[in-house]
Amino acid sequence: MSCLRPGFASPVLDAQASFRAVLDAMSRPGRIVTLAAHAPAPAPLNQAAAAALLTLADAETPVWSDAGADVAEWLGFHAGCAFTPQIRQARFVLATGAAPALATINAGTEEEPQSSATLICQVEALVAGEGWRLTGPGIETEHRLRVFGLAEDFLAQWQVQRARFPRGVDVLLCAGSRIAALPRSVTIREG
Amino acid sequence: MPDDHDISATGVSTEARRRWMGLLARASGDAIQRLAEGLDLPAFQRIRGPETGLVMLRGRAGGDGAAFNLGEMTTTRCTIRTADGQVGHAYVAGRDARQAELAAVMDALLQDPDRHGSVMDVVITPLAEAEAARHALRARRAAATRVEFLAMATMR
Repeated sequence: MSCLRPGFASPVLDAQASFRAVLDAMSRPGRIVTLAAHAPAPAPLNQAAAAALLTLADAETPVWSDAGADVAEWLGFHAGCAFTPQIRQARFVLATGAAPALATINAGTEEEPQSSATLICQVEALVAGEGWRLTGPGIETEHRLRVFGLAEDFLAQWQVQRARFPRGVDVLLCAGSRIAALPRSVTIREG
Repeated sequence: MPDDHDISATGVSTEARRRWMGLLARASGDAIQRLAEGLDLPAFQRIRGPETGLVMLRGRAGGDGAAFNLGEMTTTRCTIRTADGQVGHAYVAGRDARQAELAAVMDALLQDPDRHGSVMDVVITPLAEAEAARHALRARRAAATRVEFLAMATMR
């Protein structure tokens, strides 16, 4: 018996709206964007991570996931993506629990930095206007973001990967139906 | 090559499932609808579709045997899940959404050991007979136009 659930109610329009939201989030690092499209994903996937993966993952992007068999069945059916047990080979890394260390994720090469992976990380909450100070492309002066539910040494890991730019991992933080992106170009300082 | 004795988790052989999915895909939506009225259909949920799109048909058309993209074909697909958790898929030619949905429901029921027999009797067997009759009719019509070359030789 299967517990397969439906995907987006309107596959084309919902995926386009979600793509636009992810694009906005990536081009304005740290800004919180709401992913309105709802997909009834199995637990433990939250709404934002489900919508982002349905939109971005496809047959050419192997996914590494810690979310279990139900999520793999659901995402494999609706997005048509393959799953890999090798985190280095994944183009999308889905972390619903403790996120794997950034250093273990494919950061691309000097010649092809775009071949890196994107970490889709479920967190407890995102709050704007306090916490980290973000600067870099897409931010006029400074943007502030507090993230609840990330590993304590995330900032240290970020400084390490910031040093190997243009290689690096882009991060999409998902809380409920809200996302905030940390592209590899952003500089994070403790608030 | 798929193995004829390949048994899925539900105890259905790939070959048997291929046969009924093919019969449902080649039958008309109206024919399936008429036959399915003899069953009490369970509640079901649409998992995907019915949605219409194109599939690329590939064939070994050239002399060297390499795969060749022959052309695209309009296809409608549907996936449903019945209330007791059986998932059925259907891919049918054309844009008949009703046919795709009914075929997916039939596929789900046929995988259910308790309902397999009744759906086979009520829907699949009549469809197979109708298809055999269609083929026989076409073969008879073609046979009527057959020219006996030997007969022509003796007529001269």
